[in-house]
Amino acid sequence: MNVAVRQATATQRLKVVDCDIHPVYRTAAELHPFMSARWRDHMATFGTHFRHGLTGQLPYPRMMAAGMRVDAFPEDGGPPGSDLDLMRKQHLDANGVEYGMLIALSRGGMEERNLDFGAALSSAINDWQLECWVKKEPRLRAAIVVPQENAACAVTEIEKRAGDPAFVQIMISPRSSDPLGHRRYWPIYAAAERCGRPLALHVAGYSGGHPSTGSGWPTYYIQEHYAMSTGMQNTLASLVFEGVLERYPKLKIVMIEGGFAWLPALTWRMDKHWEHMRAETPHLKRRPSEYVREHIWFTTQPIEEPENPEHLGDIIKWIGWDRLMFSTDYPHWDFDDPRQVFKTRLTEEQKAKIFRDNAKAFYGLK
Amino acid sequence: MKVPFAGAIDCDLHPAMPSVPALRPYLDEFWADQFANRHIDQLPFTLSSYPATSPLSGRPDWRTASGAPAADLDALRRNVLDPLDLSCAICNPLHGAVALFNDDMAAALCSAVNDWMARELLDREPRLRASILVAGQSPELAVREIERTAPDRRFVQVLLLAMGETPLGRRAHWPIYAAAEKHELAIGIHAGGTYRVAPTYSGWTSYRVEDYVAQSAAFETQLLSLVAEGVFQKFPRLRVVLIESGFTWLPTWLWRTNKTWRGVRAEVPWVDRTPADIVREHVRFTLQPVDAPRTEPEMLLRTLEHMGSDRLLLFSTDYPHWQFDGDAVLPAGLPADTMRKILMDNPRDTYARLRDLPAAGGGPGKAEKEAS
Repeated sequence: MNVAVRQATATQRLKVVDCDIHPVYRTAAELHPFMSARWRDHMATFGTHFRHGLTGQLPYPRMMAAGMRVDAFPEDGGPPGSDLDLMRKQHLDANGVEYGMLIALSRGGMEERNLDFGAALSSAINDWQLECWVKKEPRLRAAIVVPQENAACAVTEIEKRAGDPAFVQIMISPRSSDPLGHRRYWPIYAAAERCGRPLALHVAGYSGGHPSTGSGWPTYYIQEHYAMSTGMQNTLASLVFEGVLERYPKLKIVMIEGGFAWLPALTWRMDKHWEHMRAETPHLKRRPSEYVREHIWFTTQPIEEPENPEHLGDIIKWIGWDRLMFSTDYPHWDFDDPRQVFKTRLTEEQKAKIFRDNAKAFYGLK
Repeated sequence: MKVPFAGAIDCDLHPAMPSVPALRPYLDEFWADQFANRHIDQLPFTLSSYPATSPLSGRPDWRTASGAPAADLDALRRNVLDPLDLSCAICNPLHGAVALFNDDMAAALCSAVNDWMARELLDREPRLRASILVAGQSPELAVREIERTAPDRRFVQVLLLAMGETPLGRRAHWPIYAAAEKHELAIGIHAGGTYRVAPTYSGWTSYRVEDYVAQSAAFETQLLSLVAEGVFQKFPRLRVVLIESGFTWLPTWLWRTNKTWRGVRAEVPWVDRTPADIVREHVRFTLQPVDAPRTEPEMLLRTLEHMGSDRLLLFSTDYPHWQFDGDAVLPAGLPADTMRKILMDNPRDTYARLRDLPAAGGGPGKAEKEAS
């Protein structure tokens, strides 16, 4: 997975929309133009303040090359994802990317414990996406990063960006301080509905203050990686059972990098338990699976790979061919290559939907 | 309820738990005094996962006039053992002792429940078997209880809960697995939690229905913990049964874990073959709840094919929990051969101590006999 498998000049016939690309700043100084002196000083002195025992690193060290594609390190130094030219050459051009969705994970302020600093960071990272990426590369689109644990500031940030078509979605971390269905986040959903932007929930390495499983902290990165899948399931259940999808009927949500093959079994389980327990949540007017079918989309990477590739076709059929959107996770180690990603046979129509058309419809792209 | 063969084995049955006063004969002097003086004998010791009045805890037609799930010995016979013509059923005691913080008190209650189980149920009904209730909070005390109880071969497994304080693969738990392997006891991990930490990675859910739904995620993480930590390399004869876990999530687990393991296996070098191979050899799943649409049996059949083995499922009613209605204890559309494996062969293969059972007849079940 983590090797350059072909020449970057190989062509990709079908144009794709990549729904998960990670831009990274070369150094934190790239954010300085977008921050006040007060917050520049704060960042230099105190740094980010997360809910983990280690600072300046993730608590589960990644495997080879810090979890990056080894061929994605720019020659002149700097981290993978920090060099637009390399991204163009290695990914956007080589893989036929027509549009790429930026998912800015670093210093976004989503997980910052100091809420005011979080708000400043969010605003800075949004300016940085605009100035350093989208304005330079017309194929890229930004997500509005918000300090989600401070809903009032999040709404302010959303409203500030809502008029700019460069921002096509609103990004919050599903690894939140409370499950995302909780009322403290509802103002964000109301704002999303008002400005007609979908919500992007991308898996996150920093916690909102809770162990990554219902039985405490696991030991290894292979488990941390899996917890992104179970966590996304829990998040979806929260959004359903708290009634968010009933209350905000126009809200659209994309779940990014959490897997998708689990969805049929989860909706079967939610429907079954809801039937017996429905008196507890009378605010739900329909079966959980109906809310999911209407409101939830998924990106494909890291795609689950059945031992018999054809089995994936069953899963996609049950989810709906119109609900999956291709993603690569560039420049991370578990990058999915558009040529290799589907081991199962797809028709041309199915390919067009997953690689391009579903995302264009979802984001309203021409 | 209907099953097509006589002699099936129900791998998940929940007798009502005794009150603390009913455990008095099985407590030593110290704890008997403590419980009386502190009025602990008036506490319910009900797990918050299964409050008696919650719909899941008791199917409506299996409740008594007072509303409590009917699960005394007569009810077990009347509702499960007799109509299903079972050869055997495994009682899984869901008792609040396992959620206590006082390890010694928990261990005293667990011992009392196990002795009560042997005297009040197993002695009186030869078709019953049981799981050993242990205070998983303290592996040391849990091992002591396993050693004490294991000579009674009617105890066929050790019972743990799906959500605890640390993942079950962690080495602190290994003495329990060593004792289980030594005594040919399976490890049964049952749905439910002690809620030492929030049930999800983003905190505390609002509704009970979410907690139930979240059980499947809890089982996914426990399964990965056992595999990643190398429990099955360390204890190669160990069998783990995930009970009331659901199983339709398993294919995705196998696919995702196989793939990720290929990428990061250097981190866990003791995992020397694919996680799917390890699970298919060591881990089994009880049948109920069947989380699949009843109206579209084809989806379940496809999912069974995705699981890649017909040896993984063990018949269970989960009585008196409300997992199915009427007599639909078996999902529709199962091939006869698969049914036979689920009902009899797989449980016997899984539980070393059930191999003592006389060979199953496999003749027509009671329902069929009565119909003919």
